Amino acid sequence: MELKQKILQLMENDARLSPRTIAVMLDEEEAKIASIIQQMEADKVILGYNTVINWEKVDGDGAMAMIDVKVTPEREFGFSRVAERICRFPEVRCVYLMSGTYDLSVMVCGETMKDIADFISHKLSTLDNVQSTVTHFMLKRYKQDNLIFEDPQEDKRLVVSP
Amino acid sequence: MSKMDKYISPTVMAIPPSGIRKFFDLVTQTKGVISLGVGEPDFVTPWHIREACFYSLEQGYTMYTSNSGLPELREEIAIYEKKKIGVEYNPVDEILITVGVSEAVDIAMRVLLEPGDEVLVPEPCFVSYAPGADLAYGKAVPVPTYDEDEYRLRPDVLEKHITSKSKLLVLAYPSNPTGGVMTQEDLAALVDIIIKNDLIVISDEIYSELTYVGQHTSIASFPGMKDRTIVMNGFSKAFAMTGWRIGYACGHPDIIAAMTKIHQYTIMCAPIMGQMAAIEALRHGEAEMRKMVDDYNYRRKLILSGLREIGCSCFEPRGAFYCFPSIANSGMNSEDFCEKLLFEEQVAVVPGNAFGAKGEGFIRCCYAASISNIEEAIERMGRFITRHRKC
Ligand SMILES: Cc1ncc(COP(=O)(O)O)c(C=O)c1O
Repeated sequence: MELKQKILQLMENDARLSPRTIAVMLDEEEAKIASIIQQMEADKVILGYNTVINWEKVDGDGAMAMIDVKVTPEREFGFSRVAERICRFPEVRCVYLMSGTYDLSVMVCGETMKDIADFISHKLSTLDNVQSTVTHFMLKRYKQDNLIFEDPQEDKRLVVSP
Repeated sequence: MSKMDKYISPTVMAIPPSGIRKFFDLVTQTKGVISLGVGEPDFVTPWHIREACFYSLEQGYTMYTSNSGLPELREEIAIYEKKKIGVEYNPVDEILITVGVSEAVDIAMRVLLEPGDEVLVPEPCFVSYAPGADLAYGKAVPVPTYDEDEYRLRPDVLEKHITSKSKLLVLAYPSNPTGGVMTQEDLAALVDIIIKNDLIVISDEIYSELTYVGQHTSIASFPGMKDRTIVMNGFSKAFAMTGWRIGYACGHPDIIAAMTKIHQYTIMCAPIMGQMAAIEALRHGEAEMRKMVDDYNYRRKLILSGLREIGCSCFEPRGAFYCFPSIANSGMNSEDFCEKLLFEEQVAVVPGNAFGAKGEGFIRCCYAASISNIEEAIERMGRFITRHRKC
């Protein structure tokens, strides 16, 4: 595997690994790892670093919905121009082009379900090329970005063994 | 309560209490401990293996298997060993499924030893061999291995410990507790001595998949060695299946038949759930196992570099998931070091002398722990060592 790929694999699992730690684990110079990471950030291979939060455990557990959006594609641009427009709204967390019975899958967050309903009726469904929307409100999160929310992760091993 | 000691056989009474057990009690009484003292993977068994076990239960596989174990499992093991060490075993009569390598060690000793026979045990080593020999009325003869040799067994040292009573040699590489390995050349240098002295070898290869530099080689793969070697391996370490208790022994049909005789009267058969899971592990577990091995390898480098940075001298361990650094510059013995480290910094490591007298002056640090725990443990150990440095 290429060095870049190895770095990405490690960072995908733990964004907090320092270049120094990665360097030790991969038998490389720290400076080299740091510069590869910087380059990947500049090239937008690495887009950013998020934190996966279980908002249910703190006040401020908002609402979230997945919206199936049917779109009329445009000559020359296909779905891209509409998708890019949808991305601009700060309420929108994810936008994917899908195969199947609808075109775009849009994940939206708001403080309440009403916020989301307002966003859909006023902003999303009024866009020129949007034909229809079907909204699914999320009820509970079980797993996200490879992390299980209620995983009893504690170490069950005996503390000392042969 | 009245004492019942006098009823217990002197053989059992004479077996010293385990150094690990003593330390375990101390650690469990301490709060906030980061433990590098475990001897097993930090992964849970891969999901597909656990799932295969559920399925087998749903299908009603809840009965005894044949004494030697499920034929399908023995066939998979034959394929695996041929690929892994290049030795062919007939699944019908050269492979026995056991309750871990632990059982295999026990019954092999009982099959091979007569009172007074000597078992050559390179030390430091895993804790079961000497008691296993004692319980079979044999006598364990510790053969020292040295830090400067990265704990490889030296032919001249081996030869010096051979007597007319020597019957068995235990080879357990990659090594618990040192992480040392023996290469093809290292092993080749032992073959003539073994054959000349008519020794049988117990080759405990439980950590064979956890070899990070070079290839694992088995002593059984040398000409003339297959018949006089009992290869033991299992699922505990490579597939993160310690609790399933499945291992196996491969060897000459006469030896396997004799081992099966004890096994059938004492164990009957290894649990079928574990055997079913083990079949899945061998058929479809390679990819996940490789991922775990890669992950250990990252952490191996991390802990080694950390230990060296805080001034512990340590050779590069090429296998298993242990580092075995020297604590000479603390001026303490292993047990004092480990107890003080536990009390002062809440880090648990295992005193080297728990693995034989040759382990004195060293500690076993297991890196089957999370990266953050390894880093935190190293930091705490660094503070501790700076505070206590004698030379
Ligand atoms: C060298 C060695 N052999 C054997 C065992 C026991 O293995 P099993 O779980 O197969 O009984 C261990 C476990 O720690 C070990 O380190």
